[in-house]
Amino acid sequence: MPRFIAIRVLEGLATLLVSSFLIFGALYLAPGDPLSYLIGNRTLSDEAIAALREQYHLDDPFLVRWVAWLGDVLSGDLGRSITYRDDVLSLLGPRLATTTLLIAYALVVIVVIGVGLGIVAALSRRALSDVILAGTSIGVAIPSFVAASTLISVFAVGLGWFPAFGPGDGFFDRLYHLTLPVIALTLASGSYVIRVTRAALREEAARDQVKAAVARGLPRGTIIGRHILRNGLTPVATVVGLTLTSLIVGSVVVERAFALDGIGALLTEAVAKKDFGVVQAICLLLITAVVIVVLIVDVIQVVIDPRVRERQGIAA
Amino acid sequence: MTTVVFEALRMRRRRTRRSRGFGVTGIVATAVVGLAVLAALLAPVIAPYDPNEVDFGLTYRPMEPWALLGTDGSGRDILSRLLYGARTSLLGPAVVVLVAAVVGTLLALVAAISGGWVDRILSRIFDIGFAFPGLLLAILAVSVLGPGFTTAVLALAIAYIPFIARIVRSVAVGEMSLPYLSALVTVGQSRTRIAGRHLLPAVMPTVLAQSTISFGYAMVDLAALSFLGLGVQPPDADWGLMISEGQRGVLQGYWEEATFAGLAIVIVVAAVSLIGDRLADRVSLNREGR
Repeated sequence: MPRFIAIRVLEGLATLLVSSFLIFGALYLAPGDPLSYLIGNRTLSDEAIAALREQYHLDDPFLVRWVAWLGDVLSGDLGRSITYRDDVLSLLGPRLATTTLLIAYALVVIVVIGVGLGIVAALSRRALSDVILAGTSIGVAIPSFVAASTLISVFAVGLGWFPAFGPGDGFFDRLYHLTLPVIALTLASGSYVIRVTRAALREEAARDQVKAAVARGLPRGTIIGRHILRNGLTPVATVVGLTLTSLIVGSVVVERAFALDGIGALLTEAVAKKDFGVVQAICLLLITAVVIVVLIVDVIQVVIDPRVRERQGIAA
Repeated sequence: MTTVVFEALRMRRRRTRRSRGFGVTGIVATAVVGLAVLAALLAPVIAPYDPNEVDFGLTYRPMEPWALLGTDGSGRDILSRLLYGARTSLLGPAVVVLVAAVVGTLLALVAAISGGWVDRILSRIFDIGFAFPGLLLAILAVSVLGPGFTTAVLALAIAYIPFIARIVRSVAVGEMSLPYLSALVTVGQSRTRIAGRHLLPAVMPTVLAQSTISFGYAMVDLAALSFLGLGVQPPDADWGLMISEGQRGVLQGYWEEATFAGLAIVIVVAAVSLIGDRLADRVSLNREGR
C-alpha cells in the first residue's frame, strides 16, 4: 500500500511537471519574440520591461528559464500582472474564496441530490425510475452556459426569485447568490452521477448474494443497506470524485455567465487582455487542483475497497 | 425487495434485446443529426434573410410571421443566424474529432504493435494528456495565438487525441494477444501489414463509437469557448456566440436568441450522444461475443 501511494504521488508530480512545461512553453508559440508578445501593444517604461525580462528570465537559455520560473512559482512568487499592476498572488487571493465556495457548494449538491436521486431511481418502482432516467438523459446534454441563460431568464428576470449577477456579501447571502450558478454547473454532471449511481446499484442488486439474502428472508432495509448500498456505492464515490475535476474546469464558464468575481472569470479576462502572467498562474493552479483530486480519488478507492486492491494486485 | 431483483433481471433482458438494433430513439436521433447537417448545408437556400443584415429599427422583435424566431439586439433575423450558425457549430467539432481520431488511432496502433518501451512511453503521454482538461489547453493556446475559430479547433483536436488513443490502444493490445495475431507475428508478417490489415479493422468500431461520443463533448467545449469570447468572433453566426450575445437581451427580458441557440446545442448534443451510446453498446457486445 505505501508503495502504491508513493508511485501514484510520483506519477502526479510527473504530470504536473509536464503540465508546467506546457504552460511555460506556450509563451514560445507566440508569433514574434516572447518579450514583444508579453508587452503587446502597451507602452512600458524601461524599468517595467527590465522587470519582465527578470520575471521570465529572458536572458537565460530556454531550459534554465523554465527551471527558474518553476522555482519562483514553488517559492510562492507567481510574478506580476501587467494589466493590474499587482502581484498575481494578491490578485488570486480574494477571488479564490468565490471559486472555492462555488465548487464546494456544487460538490455538496452532487453528493446529496445526485447520489440521492440515483439511489431512489435504483430502488424505486419502474415508473418513478423511468421518469428520473428520462430527466437525466436530457440533463446530461445541457451545457452550463445554456442552463445559465435559461435560469437567469426564468428565475432572475422572469420570477425575480434569485439575483442574476454578483457574488453577494456574508456567507448565507453568498450561498443565495451562488444557487443559480451551482444549478447551471451541476445539471450535466449531476445527471451523469444519477445515471452511474442507478446503474451501479442495479448491478449490485442483481448479484447472487442479494438473491440469497432475499431468499433467506432478511428485512428489506438490511438487504439495501448492507448488501446493495455498501458494495454498490464504492464505484460511485470514484465517479463523484472525478466529477469534481469537471466542476473545477466548468467553473471558468459559469463564473463568466453569472459575472462572479472568481479566478475563472479572471482567467477569461486575462486571456482577452493578453495578461500572460495571470493566465499561466491560473492554468497552473487549476491543473494542480485537478491532479490532486485525481490522486486522492485513486488512493481512496484503493484504501476503502479491498476488491480494487485485489484486482490491481496491491498488497495491503 | 423482490421487485428490486426482478427489476434487475428485467433490465438484463431488456439490455440484450435493445442492443441488437438501433431502436426507435436511435433512428429519431439519427434523423435529428441528419436534419441539422442538412440545415447547415442548405443555409443559403432556406434562410429567409442574410444572417448579418443589421437593422437597428427592428431590434429585439418577438416571434412574428415575418421573423419566425424574432430578431436579436442588432435587428438580425435569429432563424437565419441559427441556420448559418449550424455551419461553424457542426464543422468545428467534426474537424476536432476527425483530427483526433486519425492521429489518436495511428498512435494507438503504433503503441499496440510495438509493445515494450514505445508502448509504455506512449501510454504515459496519453495518461498525462488525459489529465490535462481540453478546455484549459484551448484557453492557453488562445491566450498565446489570439482568439479565433481555427486556434480553438486545433487546440481542442490535440486535447482530444488521448481521449481516443487510450481506449483504442487497450482494444488493440487485447487484439494483439489473440492467437491469430501472435501466429502472424511468429511467421514474420510485417508489422505495418498486421496493423493495416488486421488491427485497424478490429479497432474501427471502437474508433467510431468513441469519435461519436467525443463529437458531443467537442461541440460543448467549442461552444463554451465561443461563449467566453475566445472562439468564433463576431459578427459570424455561431450557436455558442449567440448565447453570449443573447445574454444581454435576456437581462432585458428578450429570451429568444439565447434560448433558441441553447436549444439547438442541447438537441444536437443529446442526439449525438445517444447515437454514440448505441454504437458503444454494440462494440462491447461484439467483444463479449468473440
